Amino acid sequence: MASPCKRLAGRALRTRLRFRGPSPAAVALRCGAALAALPLGGCQELIVLHPKGVVGEATSSLLIGTFIIMLPIVVPTMLAPLIFGWWYRRSNTRAYFEPSFVESGKIELITWSLPLLTIMLLGSVAWIASHDLDPAKPLSSDEEPLNVQVVSLDWKWLFIYPDQNVASVNRLVIPAGVPIHFRLTSASVMNAFFVPQLGSMIYTMNGMATNLNLNANEAGSFMGLSAMFSGNGFSDMHFTTEAVPKADFDTWTKQASNGGGPTLSSQAYKDLSVQSMNVAPYTYSAVEPGLFDRIVTQELPPGPGPSSGGGF
Amino acid sequence: MFGKLTWDAIPWTHPIPLVAGIGAFGIVGAVVLFLIFKGYAPYLWREWMTSCDHKRIGVMYVLLAAVMILRGLTDAIMMRSQLAVAYKAPGYLPPDHYDQIFSAHGTIMILFMAMPFVIGLMNIALPLQLGVRDVAFPTLNNVSFWLTASGALLVNLSLLIGEFAKTGWLPYPPLSELTYSPGVGVDYYLWAVQIAGVGTLLSGINFVTTILKLRAPGMTLMRMPMFTWCSLVSVLLIVCAFPIFTATLALLILDRYLGFHFFTNEAGGNMMMFMNLVWAWGHPEVYILVMPAYGIYSEVVQTFSGKPLFGYRSMVIAAMAIGVLALLVWLHHFFTMGAGGDVNAFFGIMTTIIAVPTGVKMFNWLFTMYRGRIVFKTPMMWSLAFLFTFVIGGLTGVMMAVPPVDFMVHNSLFLIAHFHNVIIAGVVFAAFAGYTYWFPKAFGFCLDERWGKAAFWCWLVGFYLAFMPLYVMGLMGATRRMQHYDVAAWYPWMLIAESGIILV
Repeated sequence: MASPCKRLAGRALRTRLRFRGPSPAAVALRCGAALAALPLGGCQELIVLHPKGVVGEATSSLLIGTFIIMLPIVVPTMLAPLIFGWWYRRSNTRAYFEPSFVESGKIELITWSLPLLTIMLLGSVAWIASHDLDPAKPLSSDEEPLNVQVVSLDWKWLFIYPDQNVASVNRLVIPAGVPIHFRLTSASVMNAFFVPQLGSMIYTMNGMATNLNLNANEAGSFMGLSAMFSGNGFSDMHFTTEAVPKADFDTWTKQASNGGGPTLSSQAYKDLSVQSMNVAPYTYSAVEPGLFDRIVTQELPPGPGPSSGGGF
Repeated sequence: MFGKLTWDAIPWTHPIPLVAGIGAFGIVGAVVLFLIFKGYAPYLWREWMTSCDHKRIGVMYVLLAAVMILRGLTDAIMMRSQLAVAYKAPGYLPPDHYDQIFSAHGTIMILFMAMPFVIGLMNIALPLQLGVRDVAFPTLNNVSFWLTASGALLVNLSLLIGEFAKTGWLPYPPLSELTYSPGVGVDYYLWAVQIAGVGTLLSGINFVTTILKLRAPGMTLMRMPMFTWCSLVSVLLIVCAFPIFTATLALLILDRYLGFHFFTNEAGGNMMMFMNLVWAWGHPEVYILVMPAYGIYSEVVQTFSGKPLFGYRSMVIAAMAIGVLALLVWLHHFFTMGAGGDVNAFFGIMTTIIAVPTGVKMFNWLFTMYRGRIVFKTPMMWSLAFLFTFVIGGLTGVMMAVPPVDFMVHNSLFLIAHFHNVIIAGVVFAAFAGYTYWFPKAFGFCLDERWGKAAFWCWLVGFYLAFMPLYVMGLMGATRRMQHYDVAAWYPWMLIAESGIILV
């Protein structure tokens, strides 16, 4: 399935490039070509189903699994109204008409037990999966997990590496193959930290910290975003997640700490927490110790919100 | 006299809401003036506006819903066209305005379109089905309607004066607190919804009393038509859930107006409390909407299959079971808060269990059709489309009920597709089916079949075109409430969705 899928995707891409232009006809053709290729060409683009981390793999196979478990009951139920509607149409003289058929213990036993059995199966899957894939549960690995502290601000992401004593804005760099333990909080309103290809999302809330454990199996660049509406700058609250080989990660942290970037002090954090959009990624060369905990305990106050816009 | 209200409150610099507001109120004003000049005003005042007749109130509710669906649909068209042009571009709606549109769309469609529609149909059909002269408290019924209508008016007034909430249809704090939303938008939302909410609660009390206390002699509970049974579950849920909503919003009002700290960041406020409370109302709310819809389908399917409902007792049990379970699943709206395995698993399982009675209902409708003689009138077409489409919504709903799956698709367009799938195919299709089905009862003549079928096919095809791409985009990691995006893969799907909404 993979090769025709890729071929189709490739064709769509070529067509798209060829027709790139402002005229409406060209746009229509481009959409048509993309449309034709989408049912299969979309394969690679369904990133939630193409995970690059153990958590993502488990959740995406769970997603597909629950879908498959329900198919035996869903497909007949979808076909039945079409078939019954067609066969028992009034003009069909061959169809059996029995207006008194309103009770049947046997059928009702089936109509209750069939969904019940399906749900019992799904319920046990849900129970096991909720515990196995609890975001706070550490990943089993021989490697020591890397601690990353995440702060969502209006409207950017701050990633603090407490053990490396560096921090990064709007760009998350992680070593591939190493489990990452995220502690997350928010500087102001709620957000959700989400890197679809790595796995679970989780809310960030001011005054408390949530925990999330993810990893990237291989090096690569993944889309990260906020999945919880947080105000005007929300649409630009995305970040690149770069999973790099472990050696490259060490080089990156060294570069960051020697690179002459600013120091993330309390004052720098307060400046950062003022609303701004589309901030280009940059790094901090040092981080004030315990900064994250002081945000969580609100020793550093929540972000100020909009300076104007009071309507009346 | 006007307090802080100045001319600046009118959006002079935003041509879209200004023109839309002037246009909408211009039309309403013109209609009102026309009626006054034609001398209809005294008649309308005496016979309709102050009427306590349940049928007339029902008609007014449906009329309100019809006007509001126009507003909600306009919002939807604006959002979809914004997203169709906002690929690597700012589009034509700035975030400030776009955020108001999606908030207004949700608020209007749920509270001022779907609610009045189902309550209107209940008003028209319920007392007739029970064989009573009117509802238990006819005057209260009129008050309920006007409270709802006032709420709707307030929401629409925000087009012209000030702004509407920019927080989504449920104003999650701390975003909805004074610090982060200093404008009047959230206040519009709070007052409008509070007023309408009280109206709905009064309606609920009215109908519970009517059904339990006023049935015609011989109309025992187990002889009630299925629409009445389902409505009973719905109004019981209203009585259970709406006080929670009113109280929650009242707490938020205290936060905003009197400096309280229920949900603020500071001083020990807790936004998680708001989410729990608001969804303790919010989830029953969807069943408040969908139960009467199930009732309508029950009536329509048996009528146009030429045989009584299959498995009446099962249907009653299933309806009551859904009513109870509806109160026990609210946490599935925020599995991603990090509540831990036990809590998430409990609410996940409760949610999947709702699929059982719902499945039973589906099967019973199918077996009502089985060995029947089916006539394809418009209401039956809506019902068949419901049976087919709702299963997809149920499937995706159960998928998301498994917490780790929800971790991947929560707040994504997959979720948006799911709840539009269940609310449009469930409630809106039912509302149209019930409208066509009971129209002759209310007005004495049937609606045109050709127009009805044309509307049906446009809606059905438009719905599939508009929302199936959203499932796909959800799996591509696209989230809701984005004002623009840079991901090339989403773009063609956005265009398909746009074509769908145009067809609708």
